Amino acid sequence: MGGKKSGHGGAKAWLYLLPALLFLGAFMVYPLFDVFVYSFEEGYHSASQTYFGIGAYNYSYVLHDTYFLQAVKNTLILVVITVPLSTGIALLISVGLSSITPLRNLFQTIYFLPYVTNTLAVGLVFMVLFKKTAYSDGLINLILTWFGGTAVDFIDGPYWAKMFVLCFYTIWVVMPFKILILTSALASVNQQYYNAARVDGTSRFRTFTRITLPMISPMIFYLIITGFIGAFKAYSDVVALFGTNLNAAGMNTIVGYVYDMLYGDSGGYPSYASAAAIILFFIVLTITCVNLIFSKKNIHYT
Amino acid sequence: MENRIDYEKIEKRTETRKKIGNVATYALLLFWAVIVLFPFYWMILTSLKSYGAYNSEYIPKFYTLSPTLQNYVDAFTTVSLGQYLVNTVIFTVVTTALMLVVITLAAFAFARLEFRGKNLLFVLFLSLMMIPNELVIITNFVTITDLNMRNTFQGLILPSVTSVFYIYLLKENFEQIPDSLYYAAKVDGTSDLKYLMKVMIPISKPTLITITILKVIECWNSYVWPRLITDDERYFLVSNGIQEIRENGFGRENIPAMMAAVVVISVPLILLFLIFRRKVMAGVARGGTKG
Repeated sequence: MGGKKSGHGGAKAWLYLLPALLFLGAFMVYPLFDVFVYSFEEGYHSASQTYFGIGAYNYSYVLHDTYFLQAVKNTLILVVITVPLSTGIALLISVGLSSITPLRNLFQTIYFLPYVTNTLAVGLVFMVLFKKTAYSDGLINLILTWFGGTAVDFIDGPYWAKMFVLCFYTIWVVMPFKILILTSALASVNQQYYNAARVDGTSRFRTFTRITLPMISPMIFYLIITGFIGAFKAYSDVVALFGTNLNAAGMNTIVGYVYDMLYGDSGGYPSYASAAAIILFFIVLTITCVNLIFSKKNIHYT
Repeated sequence: MENRIDYEKIEKRTETRKKIGNVATYALLLFWAVIVLFPFYWMILTSLKSYGAYNSEYIPKFYTLSPTLQNYVDAFTTVSLGQYLVNTVIFTVVTTALMLVVITLAAFAFARLEFRGKNLLFVLFLSLMMIPNELVIITNFVTITDLNMRNTFQGLILPSVTSVFYIYLLKENFEQIPDSLYYAAKVDGTSDLKYLMKVMIPISKPTLITITILKVIECWNSYVWPRLITDDERYFLVSNGIQEIRENGFGRENIPAMMAAVVVISVPLILLFLIFRRKVMAGVARGGTKG
C-alpha cells in the first residue's frame, strides 16, 4: 500500500467514514468517557438529574452492597466451574470427533445447534426440565429418583441446586463454539508429525500429550480467555432460568447487578451501575492479563 | 514361526484395543448428542401435549399419543407472539442492512482510499474492539431515553448499526483485491463508488454473507438492549416476548403453550443454520463468540 499522496481523495475518504465515525462516536467513544464521569458523580438520580459532588462514594457503596457481593460470589463460582469444565469436555469431544469419519458431519451439526438458539427461549425448556412443582417433580427429578436420589427443586430450591442448573446450562450454551474451534484446530495439525510418531512407535496417549496438545495449545488458550470473559458477563442465561428478579432468587451476576441498578424496579441509579460496570471491567482486564502472562510460559506458538 | 505368531497376537491385540476405543468414542459422542438434542425434543413434545394431559402427568411421559396443535393457536392468539416475531424481523432486517452499508463504506475507505491519519485512525478503531458492551450501555440507555426514543425502532436499532470487528474483517478482504483492478477502473473513468459497487462488493460477497448471517443471529437473540429500551409490549422482540410470556402470559402454569412459543421462536434460526451450515460454522470460527 501507500505511495499515493493524499490529494483531494482525503475529503472523500472522510465522507465514506462519516457514518461509522458518527455511530461509533455517539454510542462507543462518548459513552466510554461518560461512564467514568457517572461513576464519580455522587448521589446522582435519573429522575432529578442532579448530584451532590464528585468522589469515590459510588464505588464504596457498590463494594459494600450485599447484593453486589452476592453477585460477585455467584459470578466467580460460575466462572471457576464452567470455564475449565467446558473447555475440558469440548477437548474430549473434539478429539473424539476427529478420530471418526462416519457420522462426523452429523455430530458436528448437532453439536452446533445450541449456538443458533435463543438463550432465553431454550432456558425456559431447561427450567421446565429441572423445576419441581406441586403437580409434577419434573423430568430431571424423576431420573434422580430412579437412581435413588431425592427430588430437589432446582429452580426455587437450595443454592447449590440452582448453581448446578446454571453451570449446566452455561456449559450447554458455550459448548458449540469451543467444539468448533477445537475441531478445526485439530484438523490443522500437520499430519507429518503423527506419521513420524507412528514410525517411532509412540503410544496414542504420548502422541496426544506431546504432539496434539502443544500444537493446539494456542487455540485452547484462546478459548480459556474468551471463556473467562464470557462467563464473567453471564446474564441472559441466568434470567432465562430464574426470571428477571435475580436478587430475590439470590442468583444475580455482576452484569445483572449493573442492569438492575440502571433499570427496572430497583433502577434509576446510573452512577452505581457505572461503578459496578467499571469494577467488572477491571476484574476482567486483570484476569486476562494474568492469563496472558501465564500463557507466555506455557504456550507453544509456531 | 514363533515370530509370526507373536505378530498375529500383537495385531489382534491392537485391533481389539482399537475397537474398544472406537466404541468408547462413539458412546461419548452419542451421549453429548443426546444432551444437546434432548431439550429440543422435550420442547417439541411438550408443545404437542394438551394442557390437560400435561398437567395430569405427575410422572412426565416421553411420548404423546394424542398430539394437538392447540398450543400453537394459543401462542398466536392469547399472547402477541405474532407481534414479537414481526418486530424481531423488522429489527433484524433494518439493523443488518444499515450495518452492511456503514461497514462497507468504512472498510472501503480504509482499504482503498488514502487520507492523512489513516493508520492512526485504524489503530483507534481496533482499540475500540476491547471495550465491553457493559461499559457503554449505561450511557447509551441514558442517551436514548433523553432523545425520547424509548419504545421506538430507532432506539432499538441505532446503537447496533456499527461493528468495528466487521469493518476490520471486511477491510482485510477488500485489501486482497489487486490494486491493478482499481487503477484500470480509474483509467476508464469509473468513480470510486461505482468501483465499490461493481467490483469490490461482488468479489467480497462470501465475506459479506458471513457477516450478514452472524449479525442476523446476534439480532435474533439480542435481549439486554431491547429489555432496557422497551417496556411497551408492542415493541418487544422475541427474547423479551418470551420473558413476558413466562411472567405474565397464559397464566403461569400453561407450560405446553409456552413451549409452543419457544418452538416458534427457535425454528427460524435453526432453519437458517441448516440451510447455510458451512457458511455459519466457518463464519463463527472466524469471528463469533457467544456469552
